[in-house]
Amino acid sequence: MRIMTSIVAGAAVLMALTSAHAAETADTFKAAYEKAEAANKKAGDLRNQWTTTDKALKAAKKAADEGNFDLATKEAKHAEALANASIAQTEREVKLWPDAVIR
Amino acid sequence: MMRGLALLVVLGMLAGPQFARAEATKSSPEKDFKAFRDYFTHKFPKVPLKDFVNGPYSMDEGLRKQWIEKETFPPYDFALDHGKELFNKPFKNGKTFADCFPHKGIGIRQNYPYFDEKKGEVITLEVAVNQCLEKNGEKPYNYMKDDMAAVTAYMAFTSRGKPFNIKVPKNSPKALEAYEKGKQYFYQRRGQFNFSCASCHVQEPGEHIRAEVLAPALGILNAMPIYRSAWGGMGTISRRFTSCNSQVRGVPLKPQDPEYRNVEYYLSYMANGLPISGPGSRP
Repeated sequence: MRIMTSIVAGAAVLMALTSAHAAETADTFKAAYEKAEAANKKAGDLRNQWTTTDKALKAAKKAADEGNFDLATKEAKHAEALANASIAQTEREVKLWPDAVIR
Repeated sequence: MMRGLALLVVLGMLAGPQFARAEATKSSPEKDFKAFRDYFTHKFPKVPLKDFVNGPYSMDEGLRKQWIEKETFPPYDFALDHGKELFNKPFKNGKTFADCFPHKGIGIRQNYPYFDEKKGEVITLEVAVNQCLEKNGEKPYNYMKDDMAAVTAYMAFTSRGKPFNIKVPKNSPKALEAYEKGKQYFYQRRGQFNFSCASCHVQEPGEHIRAEVLAPALGILNAMPIYRSAWGGMGTISRRFTSCNSQVRGVPLKPQDPEYRNVEYYLSYMANGLPISGPGSRP
């Protein structure tokens, strides 16, 4: 009984993961990409965009153009994370730079 | 009494960084200059002051020997000849670069950049060159290399040995603001690698990053523009700033962006008194 419960539970987890993995569509990609672009734009307004954010956005676009929305969404989310990190960096470093000044 | 003393010590420690930070931001160009000069001369007591303009060659004996040999037939020679030609060649309207600059553009490089009070911005030599071209109906140069590097190489050559003479007028709050913004840019970290200019050129001059020996920030612009072996050609200050940004995985600003001009203003002021050595060659 316990073994059967474990097998059923395992199968349910596997199905959930598989169905989540296959759920990325053009729409979910578009939403993720727009969020990433918005974050990167904010980083640009702060004048501290990262080259790796650009690369991730381009990779996302390329994957989407090829119809691979799983990869496209993954790259878009990666781009958003990088953009957010660059924003956090600016907000932090704009306060910390005086500590480095030779005096 | 001991408890009171301990409390004072703790409060002092907590206030320390903020106090130091306030001090750093409330400093003056003159105080910064002295501190900057003292830092590098104490860090490298065996390097003669004027030798700092030779960048990595003042830091590494082996590199220096290679550089001295290379100066027999300097790699910037072709650019220098081309720059002289361009400098003297009349524009379509008959005028030349000499008509745009004081002293006919000869022996003036050490005065750039300067703060233009009317325009409220820092004017670098490269910007002045392009302003001259546009004023005379000519197409401006690309800021990064080629003709811009050639003309400014020639202009730097006519100033060789002359000491940097950069002014931050005391009666100009806007000039001081540009200077302070330049200082901030120099020390503020950016890019995915979280480097500032100071990370390499203040904290680690003389050390290696990949295969390069890092130049000290003191006098770092005196040799510009440079022939860089890594580029296989000439490049201006714009080229170096933008490539440094890329190297720390930061998207570069546009060449001659006001922020770049401000940091050039700051670094050039820090090099006041040190001789122009450009054009230069670097690894």
